[in-house]
Amino acid sequence: MDWSALALSLQLALATTLILLPLAVLIARPLAWRRFRGKSLAEALVALPLVLPPTVLGFYLLVALGDASALGRFYQSLTGRQLVFSFDGLLLASIVFNLPFAVQPVQRAFDAIPREVREAAWCCGMTRWQALWKVELPLAWPGLVAAVVLTFAHTLGEFGVVLMVGGNIANETRTVAIAIYDRVQAFDDRGAALMSATLVAISFASIALINWLGRKADHRG
Amino acid sequence: MAEGLSIRLRQQAPIPLEAELACAPGELLALVGPSGSGKSTLLRCIAGLHAAAEGAIRCDGETWFDAAAAVNRPVQARRIGFVFQSYALFPHLSALDNVAAALGHLPEGERRARAHELLARVHLDGLEARKPAALSGGQQQRIAVARALAREPAVLLLDEPFSAVDQVTRRKLQQELARLRAHLAIPMLLVTHDLDEARMLADRMVILHRGRTLQTGTPDEVMTRPRSASIARLVGLQNLFEGTLVEEGGALRLAWLGHKLDVARSEGQPGERVSWVIPSEGVLLHRRERPSRGEAENPVPGVVQDCVRLGPFTQIRLVPDGGGEPLAFSVPTHVAERNGIIPGAPARVTLLAESIHLMPWEPRPE
Repeated sequence: MDWSALALSLQLALATTLILLPLAVLIARPLAWRRFRGKSLAEALVALPLVLPPTVLGFYLLVALGDASALGRFYQSLTGRQLVFSFDGLLLASIVFNLPFAVQPVQRAFDAIPREVREAAWCCGMTRWQALWKVELPLAWPGLVAAVVLTFAHTLGEFGVVLMVGGNIANETRTVAIAIYDRVQAFDDRGAALMSATLVAISFASIALINWLGRKADHRG
Repeated sequence: MAEGLSIRLRQQAPIPLEAELACAPGELLALVGPSGSGKSTLLRCIAGLHAAAEGAIRCDGETWFDAAAAVNRPVQARRIGFVFQSYALFPHLSALDNVAAALGHLPEGERRARAHELLARVHLDGLEARKPAALSGGQQQRIAVARALAREPAVLLLDEPFSAVDQVTRRKLQQELARLRAHLAIPMLLVTHDLDEARMLADRMVILHRGRTLQTGTPDEVMTRPRSASIARLVGLQNLFEGTLVEEGGALRLAWLGHKLDVARSEGQPGERVSWVIPSEGVLLHRRERPSRGEAENPVPGVVQDCVRLGPFTQIRLVPDGGGEPLAFSVPTHVAERNGIIPGAPARVTLLAESIHLMPWEPRPE
């Protein structure tokens, strides 16, 4: 059992979720409530990681984060290190491939809040910021929970993109999914089985949690 | 007008608007019109939820909106109390917290006590901890009213606040509003498509049609003296006819289907075509075989087309001799029975000169 790989996966999942959640709120709100030119295009862009093969997504991320890219060069000048095949590069990739898993449930949740309820908050004298904290986010709560759990679980399980962008560097980019593959390649069936079972347990617990929290939220109304 | 609310708005899209109205402190003004006439849009403009292309909104001497000067205060800076048609309560908050949510202007320590007071004012004491979903429609509406008043608003906006409850609750809530408003010294605007409601609650009403304010006046004025035939149609007046002014003995009379009717007020020239209306209260049935004195006034004989018994009253439609559209009026059911009012029976009515209202001629729609 490669505990460092599991720790790395959990670290990656946590960081991705923490960064992606506010980002998802920022993206999902206008998608849910505003009408603007190119909205369908924006929605398609957000959903793209759902349908692209991980290798395709991984390839483009590799190009976008690589040494030849502006982002890669900027990172190198800042840290003196490569962005690809690093934890930071993996985190960026993880944020991109999790975009639909975070944005879509949040968007659906905001969509379900009646316009008049939001307007009533302003009419009560709340600033937009207060309305967000006191009315919109509490009402979008089930969607936020779904986004957290889906992002977290999906990051733990992602394989293809991680391999393309991060490679297989212990303590830097070797996540538990990569480690399982690694074990199988090394004919260490017992190690692979143990890690797979751990991943199954964590994923199962996540889904159970989302359903439980979702039902709890329903009863509050 | 420095005090109260004054509005002048114009826009072409998304729905056309050409509105001008004023509402004094303590006055309840009803905005009446068919659906799609711009009533709710007007309310949203006042609240700051929608900005019209042209015009201005002033309240209590403050300019809330002025398109020419590029002034458009945000909703939060307008001090409005808004009761939404759907109430728009916060479903995750208790009744108390719904009201307290609008008390941001008070120090945190005073909010709960004030929210309790407001809920007591709308008779919801004891239900403070309930979530909206656990309350009836009428109770939800009361929370919405309490929440709207919580901010100590400069104007109260009510968007069809009685449309989502049953008839019995509606009557009760209407009475409560009538009592509540007596203590409110702010302009109040009530959007409704229910004329009876407007008549019952409002000091004045504004008739809105396709975004235009057509007539403003007391409900009685608008209902008995509409400015035009189209307004008469909008407020559902039944006895709307066309006639011609004629001069007879130095006075103007109204020629209609061969009858020459006395009118109490008339401006116009002999020979002028006019539209005219008479409220059903101005049509009096003559007693059969026992003529009395008042019956010399504008007598019109005719044939009963139909009579519908509506509880204690019977609605009668009488086709006047000379043909044309029937006159509609109602009499106590016992009177209809005693006078043998049945379809096909002859009858005579008086059209009270005082009740006949003349308007500029307007062709019928269609």
